[in-house]
Amino acid sequence: MKHLDEYRDEKLANVLVDRLTQVAQHPWVLMEVCGGQTHTLVRYGIDDMLPAGMEMIHGPGCPVCVTPLEIIDKAITLALTPGVILASYGDMLRVPGSTTDLLHAKAQGAEVRMVYSPLDALKLARENPTREVVFFGIGFETTAPPNAAAVWQAARQGIPNFSLLASHVLVPPALRALLGAPGNRVQGLIAPGHVCAIVGLEQYEEIAREFQIPIVVGGFEPVDLLEAIVMLAEQLEQGRAEVENQYTRSVRVTGNPAAQRMLADVLEVCDRKWRGLGEIPLSGLKVRDKYAAWDAEIKFHLAPNPVEEPAECISSLILQGHRKPPQCPAFGIRCTPERPLGAPMVSSEGACAAYYQYRRHQSEDDLVALKGGSR
Amino acid sequence: MTALACPLPIPADQLIVLGHGSGGRLSARLTDEIFLPAFRNPALERLDDQASVEVPAGRIAISTDSYVVKPLFFPGGDIGELSVYGTVNDLAVGGAIPKYLSAGFILEEGLPLETLRRIVASMAQAARRCAVEIVTGDTKVVERGSGDGIFINTAGVGLIPAGVSLSAANVRPGDRILLNGSLGEHGITILSQREGLELGGDLRSDAAPLHELCAALLAAAPGLHAMRDLTRGGLSSALNEVARSAQVGVEIHERAIPVTSAVRGACELFGLDPLYVANEGKMIAFVPEAQADAALAAMRSHPFGADARFIGAVTDKHPRMVTLRTTLGTERIVDMLAQDQLPRIC
Repeated sequence: MKHLDEYRDEKLANVLVDRLTQVAQHPWVLMEVCGGQTHTLVRYGIDDMLPAGMEMIHGPGCPVCVTPLEIIDKAITLALTPGVILASYGDMLRVPGSTTDLLHAKAQGAEVRMVYSPLDALKLARENPTREVVFFGIGFETTAPPNAAAVWQAARQGIPNFSLLASHVLVPPALRALLGAPGNRVQGLIAPGHVCAIVGLEQYEEIAREFQIPIVVGGFEPVDLLEAIVMLAEQLEQGRAEVENQYTRSVRVTGNPAAQRMLADVLEVCDRKWRGLGEIPLSGLKVRDKYAAWDAEIKFHLAPNPVEEPAECISSLILQGHRKPPQCPAFGIRCTPERPLGAPMVSSEGACAAYYQYRRHQSEDDLVALKGGSR
Repeated sequence: MTALACPLPIPADQLIVLGHGSGGRLSARLTDEIFLPAFRNPALERLDDQASVEVPAGRIAISTDSYVVKPLFFPGGDIGELSVYGTVNDLAVGGAIPKYLSAGFILEEGLPLETLRRIVASMAQAARRCAVEIVTGDTKVVERGSGDGIFINTAGVGLIPAGVSLSAANVRPGDRILLNGSLGEHGITILSQREGLELGGDLRSDAAPLHELCAALLAAAPGLHAMRDLTRGGLSSALNEVARSAQVGVEIHERAIPVTSAVRGACELFGLDPLYVANEGKMIAFVPEAQADAALAAMRSHPFGADARFIGAVTDKHPRMVTLRTTLGTERIVDMLAQDQLPRIC
């Protein structure tokens, strides 16, 4: 299949691994930020192909995983409210809140619809003028513009029965929190390609300068990731800390200005809690006051509902690379994709879920030996 | 009084009404005008509470399945055809020769009679193609809103030839695994129809009867250990079930597994894995090495196996697990799905 097979090509992958073996003289520790990249990495076993000692840490960029329990509980409450249709992406429907998930709420009679775009939810609102349609929109800078566009269109077309329950998060504040944490081990970053396709490279250049860390904007296919890893190793070996773009077929330096304008018009930066990482200042996006009529939090007077995460979950250690998922005592026993204790087991793009899905045939000792990780 | 004066409400001519499930005159009309003409055979025509049929001495296979597909008609098939092929295939992969089916219909009030006629005609045609007779049946009607137009249950009986004994539990390390063609066409066709997506003209369900293919395979490789048809849960579920049942490991090769570019493209778009997507005309066979080539040749000589190939082998390593050698040469698990696959956010 054109535009896909070439990025999953064994020969090309092996050429890159050979190149990496020549370039990398030190046991560098790198982080792929995005959950999509983690999924590819574990699914294709790319970390198994790296020279001995080199290690990949799986970053916080799984939007489903980091969505806090509180907001999922709010979505479930809304879905169970008579007269409300709650629409969301498929993989949000089975993410557990503190007591249940949206699929179970649906089984209890809640009107929950799976859609492929917030504009489908807007269409639902148009078709059901006597019902309230709430789109549960989560994600990073990638999914924020279409959600903003749905609110913008609802305002422009005067659709009063549509609203957005938004839980958007921003990548750079989370990266700063991780890189600035005591004991940080990450020496190079593969930045999330699709986020950069929206926002451009400027914010990442600031991070590279601030933390003197090389950053390569990477794609999501195996060959993309291997090339990004080679580029990072080259920078590290040469003592450089710059932003480079591996994912040139999608990412421009300035990003997507139209999407940025839409985002800025409808949404504004706010403090946001991350599942597994806690509250990070100025790390989220919320609906601006001028669009309050389409903000589900305001429209339905949703009160704060703090929930404690299970204490046994070691997701902050996982996300900082101090532990690999199979090193968690609960992994695969008390914590599974069906009953996740914490963020990284929630979606297939979370590190723990990816290991659970693709790696259970390797023993813990294999993994520890392979990665040189601490026990 | 006028309403009471009319014994058959007008819509009964065009739509299913609750009375069609009453056991009274309307029910009899359904049988006389729709089911009997389509399925006609001596056992059914007696209209007894049970069908009485002759079977030779020996073992029989019994299977049942319920069909709840939406939309009812889709490129490459419809619910009627599925309800026959599905049960026929379940019998055939057990090495049985399918003979008789029962058909239970749960109809939703308001279903156009014309739709029922089309579905029943499709079932009749599928039954003729499989050389099976629909010998007994039942109809119930549920209130509007309590069903998706029509649900069908079929149960089937097949004759197991002497000496044939297939079971997943018989699978042994060293067996080669044969697949008869490309994956995911039924599931992706249904998904794209349901979501109203245009994903290319050549996308159609692979719904097909596998009884001839299974018989040919068994004739060419009488020592084969097990066959499975790949329906819900796709290739992955079938392989995992066998691995668990026989307490063996299964190793497959990503590069060897055929998936059309239309299905691959749709899977990329939805964030789905073709290994988990439903099929309705695909099967796998576990064949001892000595008969593997004969089995492959037999499969390939049948139209529903023209694209057949070896996709892997059974091993004594990692029992109860299915692993896959990726296109990059690395290895990963192919896990049993916990629930339906759901499209990813990004």
